[in-house]
Amino acid sequence: MGFFLQNLINALQWGSFYALIALGYSMVYGVLMLFNFAHGDIFMVGAYIGFGIASGLLALTALGGIVLPSWLILVLTIIISMFLTSFVGMIVERVGYRPLRDAPRASAAITGLMIGIILETGNLALLGARRVRFPTLIQSTTYDIGGVFVTNKKIMIVVVSIALMFALHQFVRKSKWGMAMRAMAFDYVVVPLLGVPINTIARLTFAIGSALAAAAGILFGVAYPVLDPYMGIVFGWKAFVAAILGGRGSILGATLAGFLLGFIEIFVAMIFPSTLRDFIAYSIILLILTFRPHGFFGEPYSARLRL
Amino acid sequence: MAGSPLETTSSKGKLLAFFAQVPLLGWLFGALTAVLAEQFLGSQLVDLLGLPKIPVLFGCMIVLKKPLLVPGTLAYVLCIYLLPLAIVARMAAPWWNKIAGYLYRLSPSVAVIVHLVLMYAILHIWSGISAYRLLTVKLTMIAVMVTLSLNVINGYMGEFSCSHPGFLALGAYTASVFTLLFFANDKIFGTALLPASLGPFLFPLALILGGLVAALGALAIAVPSFRTRGDYLAIISLAFMFIVKSMIENLEIVGGPRGLSSQPNYVNLPTVFIWTVLCVWIINNFVRSTVGKALNAVRDDEMAADAMTVNTRRTKVVAFLFAAFWAGIAGGLFAHVLRYVNPSTFGIQKLAEVLAMVYFGGLNSVYGSVVGAVSLSMLSEALRPLELFKWIIIPLLLILVMIFRPTGLIAFTEFDVKGLIRPKGKE
Repeated sequence: MGFFLQNLINALQWGSFYALIALGYSMVYGVLMLFNFAHGDIFMVGAYIGFGIASGLLALTALGGIVLPSWLILVLTIIISMFLTSFVGMIVERVGYRPLRDAPRASAAITGLMIGIILETGNLALLGARRVRFPTLIQSTTYDIGGVFVTNKKIMIVVVSIALMFALHQFVRKSKWGMAMRAMAFDYVVVPLLGVPINTIARLTFAIGSALAAAAGILFGVAYPVLDPYMGIVFGWKAFVAAILGGRGSILGATLAGFLLGFIEIFVAMIFPSTLRDFIAYSIILLILTFRPHGFFGEPYSARLRL
Repeated sequence: MAGSPLETTSSKGKLLAFFAQVPLLGWLFGALTAVLAEQFLGSQLVDLLGLPKIPVLFGCMIVLKKPLLVPGTLAYVLCIYLLPLAIVARMAAPWWNKIAGYLYRLSPSVAVIVHLVLMYAILHIWSGISAYRLLTVKLTMIAVMVTLSLNVINGYMGEFSCSHPGFLALGAYTASVFTLLFFANDKIFGTALLPASLGPFLFPLALILGGLVAALGALAIAVPSFRTRGDYLAIISLAFMFIVKSMIENLEIVGGPRGLSSQPNYVNLPTVFIWTVLCVWIINNFVRSTVGKALNAVRDDEMAADAMTVNTRRTKVVAFLFAAFWAGIAGGLFAHVLRYVNPSTFGIQKLAEVLAMVYFGGLNSVYGSVVGAVSLSMLSEALRPLELFKWIIIPLLLILVMIFRPTGLIAFTEFDVKGLIRPKGKE
């Protein structure tokens, strides 16, 4: 039982990365009906921006100007890099997606893939092939709760991600912008006629999605400190899978599917040899989609097909 | 075409009209002259111009490595390729038209065969200069096959399928296991079961077997595609790709993550050429047949197609199996060209590459696939000296193409063989 709980916590942590990234996919899909295939690389960019800011703040502290406690540095890092990465998302939207708003969706998918490659290569060209190490901001302490060992990092990651997801949920449900987003997701054609600025909403959607990806990137850096330019690929595709599995455009679905994917991966690695992880995880997804072809919370495609 | 006043007044239009009278036969003879010139005069000219050796890909690599050699390379390309091409093709255009017309009236199939033989001769002589060129030509032709087969699903049927690396892997591994098991002494499978001299004759069997296994794998995507399409199918096919990759990584019998190597060297230029021609010919016929039209109907409106007596399920299954079959054959060839495969070859990067070729060239078009595959593989080879920046330039180019021509360079065009080999100009 303790073993199970132990892995449950690992799975929660692993799943929260997927869920945070999948939310970005799902939001962009909901509003624009496009999948942003550059999203995984925005996660990578977010992690690197966070690395830069954290190192900068640490250097500032070391220089002796202002002494910041390390938890404050972490909070500042998360906030500033979410803010900066949202600009990356907006640029991606402006360059790669707005010109293709009315083009076939596959074309936008190709631009997304290509922007992803440019982000990876750009990073490689700027920083070189050397992997960077995310600075240690919080010292790892392990708590023993009834035989289950939990580190403070894991708790922090899970808490911060759930808080962010809750904030997003409140934003989409309660705010005026969120209402505009939901309206655009509901009807893409009529809503602009009612005075909703679609370009602004699209930009905002990309910005929020990228900010969440950046948060995931920094949390990832806290948990697994080695960053490399290609780390976004695997996470991006898996989060894409999670976004679809949850039902396109469904925020709740993306969150749940992200966690589910995390659980599947961790528990498969627990029971079987870890090399079988991808094999079993994707087979389960294939099975789920065969029997439930529209994901957990999705609608049948014929209801809103826009090719 | 050439008669519109706008075209004839501009100088570009004039140039186009000037060359528009050259039939394909003339171009092929021009190219043949060019490659023959390179064969016999190339090394002397290289010495004369002070180049290190014969430029492999029209001088792109030399120019990018040593910018000082730009004039020499330009002169080389001009003397060897452009001038013979222009002179032989354009100056003799009336004669070429006569010959092309004669062949065409004789029998279009004879004319096609003459063109193909010429094409092969050009490729043979051109790739005979260096082993690197030969490899590039082979890989380019395999890329054409892969792109075409993906275009059947993504372009003609309108699904966003991500499964092609999986089909390639199935084909590559099946064919490799077949040849390694029967015709080669190797670490994993032990000594050959059949005499090695039989190998080249049974190699097509290995390829077809690879194609069939890939087609079998395609059933795993074709069946879910009855109930869903679009993004969900994209995920299903993506999952299939990862499953295949992961399965091979876990199968120690085929080498696991280390891969399979030392496949027998069966794939020479004629083999690839013949398979590519077969692939283009059969796929072109397929997409112009009733099934091909049914595919387009399914793409445009599945329900309407169903109402118009198109058996949508059968159409989807046929298209998936057919495309996967050709992808499997391409995979088998690929494995035997490189003589080494490992599972990580068939991952996301391969997928991005193939998708880029399809969407760059153009959807729903055999012509576009050929153009996309050839131009992107050539570009990717030519820009190799730029190393990292290649992966910024090529994606940028693709983004621009997508923005200005969202369906690709040459989309929705029929590949009309008879129109291609017909004599040009006034009859």
